Amino acid sequence: MVLLIQNGLLIDPANNVEDRMDLLVEGGKVAKTGKRLRTPRAARVIDATGWVVAPGFIDLHVHFREPGREDAETIESGAQAAAAGGFTSVVCMPDTQPVNDNEAITRFILERAAQVSPVNVFPAGALTSRSEGETLSEMGMMREAGIVAVTDDGRPVPNAQVMRRAMEYARRFDLVVMDHCEDPQLSADGAMHEGYYSTLLGLRGISPVAEEVHIVRDLLLAELTGARLHLAHLSTRGALEMLRQGKKRGVAVTAEVTPHHFTLTDAAVVGYNTNTKMKPPLRSQEDVRALIAAMKDGTVDAIATDHAPHNIIDKNVEYDRAAFGIVGLETCVSLALDRLYHRERVPLRRLVELLSTRPARIIGVDRGHLSPGAMADITLLDPERSVRVDVERFKSRGRNSPFHGWELRGAPVMTMVKGRVVWQA
Amino acid sequence: MATKRAALKRKDLLGIEPLSVEEIHLILETASSFQEVAARPVKKVPTLRGRTIINLFFEPSTRTRSSFELAGKRLSADILNFTASASSVVKGETLLDTVLNLESMAPSIIVIRHPASGAPHQLAGACKASIVNAGDGMHEHPTQALLDALTVLQKKGSIRGLNVTLVGDLAHSRVARSDVLIFSRLGARVTVCGPPTLIPLEMERLGARVVFDMDEALRGADCIIMLRIQVERQTQAFFPSIREYFRWYGLTEERMHQAAQGAIVMHPGPLNRGVEIASEVADGPYSVILDQVANGIAVRMAVLYLLSAGRG
Repeated sequence: MVLLIQNGLLIDPANNVEDRMDLLVEGGKVAKTGKRLRTPRAARVIDATGWVVAPGFIDLHVHFREPGREDAETIESGAQAAAAGGFTSVVCMPDTQPVNDNEAITRFILERAAQVSPVNVFPAGALTSRSEGETLSEMGMMREAGIVAVTDDGRPVPNAQVMRRAMEYARRFDLVVMDHCEDPQLSADGAMHEGYYSTLLGLRGISPVAEEVHIVRDLLLAELTGARLHLAHLSTRGALEMLRQGKKRGVAVTAEVTPHHFTLTDAAVVGYNTNTKMKPPLRSQEDVRALIAAMKDGTVDAIATDHAPHNIIDKNVEYDRAAFGIVGLETCVSLALDRLYHRERVPLRRLVELLSTRPARIIGVDRGHLSPGAMADITLLDPERSVRVDVERFKSRGRNSPFHGWELRGAPVMTMVKGRVVWQA
Repeated sequence: MATKRAALKRKDLLGIEPLSVEEIHLILETASSFQEVAARPVKKVPTLRGRTIINLFFEPSTRTRSSFELAGKRLSADILNFTASASSVVKGETLLDTVLNLESMAPSIIVIRHPASGAPHQLAGACKASIVNAGDGMHEHPTQALLDALTVLQKKGSIRGLNVTLVGDLAHSRVARSDVLIFSRLGARVTVCGPPTLIPLEMERLGARVVFDMDEALRGADCIIMLRIQVERQTQAFFPSIREYFRWYGLTEERMHQAAQGAIVMHPGPLNRGVEIASEVADGPYSVILDQVANGIAVRMAVLYLLSAGRG
């Protein structure tokens, strides 16, 4: 299969390319890029005039609920949502039932993905057994089976000594340690950000400090152990300051930010829509401004969705009782284009770095670039295409999005994995 | 009654926060005129005859529930009391299912009390019946604030310019939020006081001055509203002991000297004598606690009436 993508704006930060160029795909790989490439015989030609041609987007943070909660999401439905959102690869969190803390579960996920997934599914393994925070998981054997990271996402390890051992041990297998930073005592029973709106709404608050205390600990431990640390879904101005300082000190630390944290503030909770409930919670306007600035200046490495589908019965309840988390795969790229590119003037090249180049490096996979010979995972965007978010049309089983009905400017138009078109608008 | 044709142009009463000053005055004026009904030998008017009101209480409550029940009865409505407690949760029925089932019985108004903040707001969008918030979690208790305002109005003649001080557990109190909102909106100078562990962030933006020293908070106060302290907060490390709490935040006769001449003391009940308020104060001349209870019925009659009138 030969495919020629013509006249697009090729953005490939890894090769320092941002230019109007053609891209030729052969045998599932990038054959070459260049100006006015000749159309080979029998080639399928894609006219990408007005579109951006980028290395396939990689979401470092999704929850696919299989095995265990297939009513909320399956590997198949989640992977289709990823393709429809412009993602060619995802990293799925280990908080399934049972937890992905051993190679058998890892292999199950990879086998299912091989059968049903249009995109690359890279599992993350648990850091500790059953994510209970007590004994280390068999991360070496899981690495052999195919995990790309270790994390107890959602149930951060409370014991600093266990965390230290886990970081030390993960180095042996060159696994990045991802962490959801939250001090469970400080955030106890909280349903939203602590501030004016929690006072107004009478909901228990989660202080930014609940996140920051844990980040300080992790940075010190990463410095001590030499582990590679990736901080999930940073949400506060203070957290970014600590990240900046850690990087300056030479700690091997990277971080991601979610689209909901750079788009919404805690004011969105007014009205008690449970699709505004997630961890970390939606923060203040000041925090949102800091997140956007840190994406512009490169302090933040990645945009990741924390795609967390829930069955409606877990969301259509009182705010205090509702599950944490929202879906994100099918709105992420449009939010990034609308909010960051159009509104905040974040360059497209930076968005490609945040969505592809740097995520690939964080998990150490040979993706995120369009060099000749590279896997032809490609995302095509139309920065001007307007879309209206409609949760009923999601491929995901989750309908829990606070963005239903939003009009957004900019959208993915085609997703290609190993040279095959897996989704198009 | 002069206000007979008046109505609230909203479907639900969810809190003080969404109400305009005009709407607050309308409710208070209507309540004043309904007070006359309580003075009659036959305490009943035919205003809501044929309408059904459901009192749906997910938390134990004597005062508020009886008050709403009497208010509805004095308006000649048919009342269904439904105490759901935790039983429906045990059976696995969601709040929304419970309420939609009750709604099939075609009530005009559902009065709801629920331990989760925002529960009435979530239901308001799903129900045709008017929803009246009778207290939701730590959020609002609008009819309590309205009856507090009516009580102050009657005792003091006006609210504008008064010093109103609330003392106690501001963090977990729905009465506190509604009171701060209503008194600041009606032009009073509102002060809140309690241990820093029980004062939520940014109370100033709700319209209150925050003071941790009780004597300072009481200085010149025309109206003191004491909030109930839940003893279990002690075990959650909000304060060390009842003894220590009473030492710093209990309302005693001695502390009353700080207040303005003719100051009144209110409490939403039930009282914890010796915890937040000394018996001499609760039973003393400044106490208007029992007037509050009587005014509660009139205010709730006004709310039920004005919501029904608005919907024809």
